[in-house]
Amino acid sequence: MATIQLRQVEKLFGEFQAVKPMDLTIQSGEFVVLLGPSGCGKTTTLRMISGLETVTHGDIYLDDRLVTWLHPSERDIAFVFQFFALYPHMSVRQNIVFPLQAVGASRETIERRLSEVVDLLRIAHLLPLKPGKLSGGDKQRVALARALVRRPAAFLMDEPLGALDAEFRESMRAEIKQLHIEQEATTVYVTHDQVEAMAMGDRIVVMSDAEIQQVGTPAEVYYDPANLFVAQFIGSPGMNLAPGTVAGDLLSLPGGNNYRIAPEWQETLSNTQNGAADVLLGFRPEAAEIHVAGELSGEVYATELHGAYKMLHVSLQEEHDVVHIRSDRQADYPIGAGVRFDLKPDMVRFFNPHTEAALLAKRPPPVSRREVVFT
Amino acid sequence: MTSFAETGPRTAVTEGIRVDKVNPRARLLKNIRAVVVIILALVGLIPVFAMGITAFKSRADVVAVPPKLLFEPTLEGFVFLLTDRSQLRGTTLAEAQENAEGGEPIGIFDRIALQNGQRINGPSDFILRLRNSLIIAGGSTLLSVTLGLFAAYAFSRFEIPGKDDLLFFILSTRMLPAVVVAVPLFLMYRQLGLHDTHFGMILLYTVFNLSLTVWLLKGFIDEIPREYEEAALVDGYTRLQAFFKIVLPQAATGVAATTVFSFIFAWNEYAFALMLTSNNARTAPPAIATMLGRGGIEWSAIAAGTLAFLIPVIFITFALRKHLLRGVTFGAVRQ
Repeated sequence: MATIQLRQVEKLFGEFQAVKPMDLTIQSGEFVVLLGPSGCGKTTTLRMISGLETVTHGDIYLDDRLVTWLHPSERDIAFVFQFFALYPHMSVRQNIVFPLQAVGASRETIERRLSEVVDLLRIAHLLPLKPGKLSGGDKQRVALARALVRRPAAFLMDEPLGALDAEFRESMRAEIKQLHIEQEATTVYVTHDQVEAMAMGDRIVVMSDAEIQQVGTPAEVYYDPANLFVAQFIGSPGMNLAPGTVAGDLLSLPGGNNYRIAPEWQETLSNTQNGAADVLLGFRPEAAEIHVAGELSGEVYATELHGAYKMLHVSLQEEHDVVHIRSDRQADYPIGAGVRFDLKPDMVRFFNPHTEAALLAKRPPPVSRREVVFT
Repeated sequence: MTSFAETGPRTAVTEGIRVDKVNPRARLLKNIRAVVVIILALVGLIPVFAMGITAFKSRADVVAVPPKLLFEPTLEGFVFLLTDRSQLRGTTLAEAQENAEGGEPIGIFDRIALQNGQRINGPSDFILRLRNSLIIAGGSTLLSVTLGLFAAYAFSRFEIPGKDDLLFFILSTRMLPAVVVAVPLFLMYRQLGLHDTHFGMILLYTVFNLSLTVWLLKGFIDEIPREYEEAALVDGYTRLQAFFKIVLPQAATGVAATTVFSFIFAWNEYAFALMLTSNNARTAPPAIATMLGRGGIEWSAIAAGTLAFLIPVIFITFALRKHLLRGVTFGAVRQ
């Protein structure tokens, strides 16, 4: 398995900048998800790694091998397409061994590898069939088998679950993840589905407007989004954002609400807010706790039962500034009723509304570094 | 209020069909339409039928007025068509007839010729004409489909400068009646020594067909998703290998349809064959049309020739009919 390195990789289609210069290193055996809305350049990035698309500037390395200008067939990578791209005129068996025939593998090797992947994916009964006869999930398994059979240096997957039914999608998600763990295969996975990205990725690369917005573990992009785009794109619904004005240690929010700023944030907020004094308060729906003596108040605008919990849409001020709050599924909130709630301090984030970047709290530095300072 | 039984179909509907297509009145209309279509089809087939029976009529029956529907079938037409004969006279004829009656083994063709007082000297030119037709139609079809396939693939997949203009230019070769260029072509061919050669005719029909094959095949190849080739590329194949292993098998339907259209055009072409060939490369259509016997036009021979001429076309169309039907409707519905 290989490390994939992108160095200042850029793609232009005529005048249009599909991918802005990008640096990215994918470690050997890592499962990296490229996540973003359609048209953000994630698929173009994947295609450049595969060689199906040429780069405009920059270099791509597989381990220490410069592959920027190598033909796709020389890169030793496997590509799984959204619509599977199983050759319709060949049987499942012929489809799977096709890549091995390209390199002129011996008959014994072909048979051995074939039975390995067939056992791994439990598709032995499908071998004589034509792809047209398979269900979506089985097609995807065959496509994976075709990718696995070569033992490539890396797997590239372009929305491989996008064409499946919701029911299949969840089980295939687990299957692909399981396969990845067993094979320790370097995998780059493209999707626009943030749930899929969160569920599968070791790391997520959030892309928008042809550039990387944030690279991080699922927890990092969820809890510590680098900017407003990531905050709103990740999570369903995205992070709640409420405009506020800083005054001393209080943040005044719409609807006459005042939020007391935690000590570790005070310096950051007072420093950045000279004069303009505005900031966006961000919190996840589960960061709010409904409480009779809650610090903040609003009015129930709508409620949705999601089975395990109830999602409240609470407007802070006369049907504006609606935030989502997760509440107990059995609690009953009539529309128009007032609710009060608190925010869990460790799950509150702040953003600069002009730069859209997240603000960083001045947390006390780690003990070891403080010691170094004092000696 | 009318009951269900009166307005609805008499039996339960067990197929996916619109309501207005199963009520009894619609059924009746449908049957009437079917009858009309069958009658029209029969009317359309009358010339073919007439040709079919003419081929088996004797010389006297062919010209009978009113036309005979019941007659004694004979292979006379085919004998006239396929053999070169000479008239026997007087003693030679009597001698030959005596030998035949005396049990001398002679073939059925010889016997028929003898009834007309003729002896078979050898095969006629028609065999050569058919052979020429096969060579020229086959060769030009092969060439135009092959060239068309590569051109269509390139137009479909690659960025080609002036692509739309080129495609229009290719199509524009069809925008005037071909006969308009007959005289210049004739002069050119004579100058180049292509007159009355197989190569010249193959070249001509290939060029005529190329615009059709490029456009038809481009349509078919456009329908094949690029993902298949891309999959083959990352699977370790070159583009040419991907073309032969992945694209071509999937374009089989289109290639079959295009082949039939090309072949039928080249096989049936008359005007240029008449003008640009005389003997060596003369094809069947002008040969049939100019077939003259000693006692006037040999209608039964012409009919027999046309019948023989139809067989390859019918055979090819029949062999490829499954592809052909799929080919005609290909891309009409997104799969």
